[in-house]
Amino acid sequence: MTTTRLHVDRERCIGAGMCALTAPEVFDQDPDDGLVLLLHAEPPSAHRAAARMAAGVCPSGAITLHEPEPGGS
Amino acid sequence: MSESLHTVTTLPTARRTGCPFDPPAELLDARGHGPISRYTHPGGRPGWLITGYDLVRSVLADPRFSSRKELLNVGDFEVPPAPPGEFLLMDEPQHGRYRKPLVGKFTVRRMRLLTERIEQITADCLDAMEMAGPPVDLVTAFAKPIPTMVICEILGVPYEDRGSFQQQIDTFMGGEVSDEELIAAYTATQEYLARLVAAKRANPTDDVLSELTDSDLTDEELKGISLILLAAGFDTTANMLSLGTFALLRNPEQLAALRADPALTDRAVEELLRYLSVAKTFMRTALEDVEIGGRTIEAGTTVVLSYNTANRDPERFTDPHVLDLHRQDAAGHLAFSHGIHQCLGQQLARVEMRVAFRALVDRFPTLRLAVPAEEVVLRPESADIYGVKSLPVAWDKGES
Repeated sequence: MTTTRLHVDRERCIGAGMCALTAPEVFDQDPDDGLVLLLHAEPPSAHRAAARMAAGVCPSGAITLHEPEPGGS
Repeated sequence: MSESLHTVTTLPTARRTGCPFDPPAELLDARGHGPISRYTHPGGRPGWLITGYDLVRSVLADPRFSSRKELLNVGDFEVPPAPPGEFLLMDEPQHGRYRKPLVGKFTVRRMRLLTERIEQITADCLDAMEMAGPPVDLVTAFAKPIPTMVICEILGVPYEDRGSFQQQIDTFMGGEVSDEELIAAYTATQEYLARLVAAKRANPTDDVLSELTDSDLTDEELKGISLILLAAGFDTTANMLSLGTFALLRNPEQLAALRADPALTDRAVEELLRYLSVAKTFMRTALEDVEIGGRTIEAGTTVVLSYNTANRDPERFTDPHVLDLHRQDAAGHLAFSHGIHQCLGQQLARVEMRVAFRALVDRFPTLRLAVPAEEVVLRPESADIYGVKSLPVAWDKGES
C-alpha cells in the first residue's frame, strides 16, 4: 500500500457529522439519512491530516484509516 | 495498577470561591489520584466515578455499558424506563429507532443553512438589548431567547404561540419556581407539543417536526422527541452563551483576540465547550463484568462519568485549566459526549454559538460585567447543566 486509504462503515455511523465538520473535503453527510459519505477514499496529501483527525474524533468508530507501512514501497 | 484506590463518598456540592469555571476541587483531586475512583451513589449503592479523559471516552464507546434508565443502580428503589421518544436513556435498537429519522435533519450542511436566520434572531436580541440598557441581564436578553427562538423554528411553532411557549419552557427548564408552577408549566408544554404534533400531521409546514410526521413514529413518540429536542437544545446552549460570555469577560486578552479575529470564532467555540463543559456528568450501567483502568466494574454497577474533569485532563490537554482560544488540541473534547449518544444537535449548537458570540463581541466593543465578578450568581452543582443564574452586563452607550 502506498497511500492513505479510508474506509467508512455506514452501519456503525450515527450521523453526528464530526467528519464532515473536521474534513469537509473528504467526508460529507447524505442529505437524506445524515450518514457518512466518503468523497475521497485516498485523500490527497493536503487533506490527510484532517482525515486522520476526523477518524480520531468519530464518536462511533465508523472511519478506519489504512496508512502505508513506513519504508514500504 | 500500583496506585492505591481513591474513594469519593459524595459528589461535591460547590466550586471553589473565585473559580466558577473550574470543576470542583474534590473532582480534580480525584483525577489527581487516578482516572477512576470508588464512589457511593447518593442512594447508597456502590459505584465508580470516572474522571480521566481516556477512560470516560472508552466507557462511552463501549456497548457493555448501558444508558437504559431502568438499569440505573443508585439506590434501593425502582427506576422506571424512559418514556417513548426519550432516546437518550435507551440502548440499541430502541435508541436507533428514534435517532435515525432525526439524523438527516441535523447535518452540518443543513444546520449551516440556518445561519442567516440565527443571525437575524441574534440581531433582534441585540437591538432589544441596546434599546433596554445598559445594564441588562444577558441571560434573559440574549442567552435564553436565541436558543428558544431557534428551537421554535425547528419545531415549527407558529409565531402567535411563541410568547407563551417561551414562557412555559423557561419556567420548567430554567426558572426557579415552586413545584406546582413547575409541574403546571411542564404539563402545559406537553399538552402544547401534543397539539403541535397533531397540527403538523394535519397541515405539514416547512420544519423538522412536520417532516418527522412522515415516518412511522406515533404522535406520542413525536411528542417525546420534541420534548427531548427542547430539553437538550435549550438549557445547554443558553448556559454556554451566558457562562461563555462570563468566561470571556474574565479573560480580557482572550476576548480581545476573539474580537480582533473573526476567523478565530469556530476554534473559540470549541475551546469554550471544552473549558466550560456545562453538561457535567452522565451515568452508565455495566451489563457484564468489565475490566477498565485496572479495575473490575461488576455487572449491574452504575458509573458516574465526569465530563468536566475529562475535558481538563492534563494527560490529554496542554495546560488544561487555561482558556486558550488558539488551542490546537480542543477538538476531541467530550462536551457533546462520545459514542452512539453523542449530541444529535451539536452542529446546530455550534452554529448558534458561532453566530451569537461573534455578533455579541462585534456589537458591544466595551461589553463588561455590571457587577463585581464575585457577585455573579452561579447555579449549584446539583443542577444538571452548569451556568450562571443571571449575568448583568453594561457597555458604553452610543458606541455602536
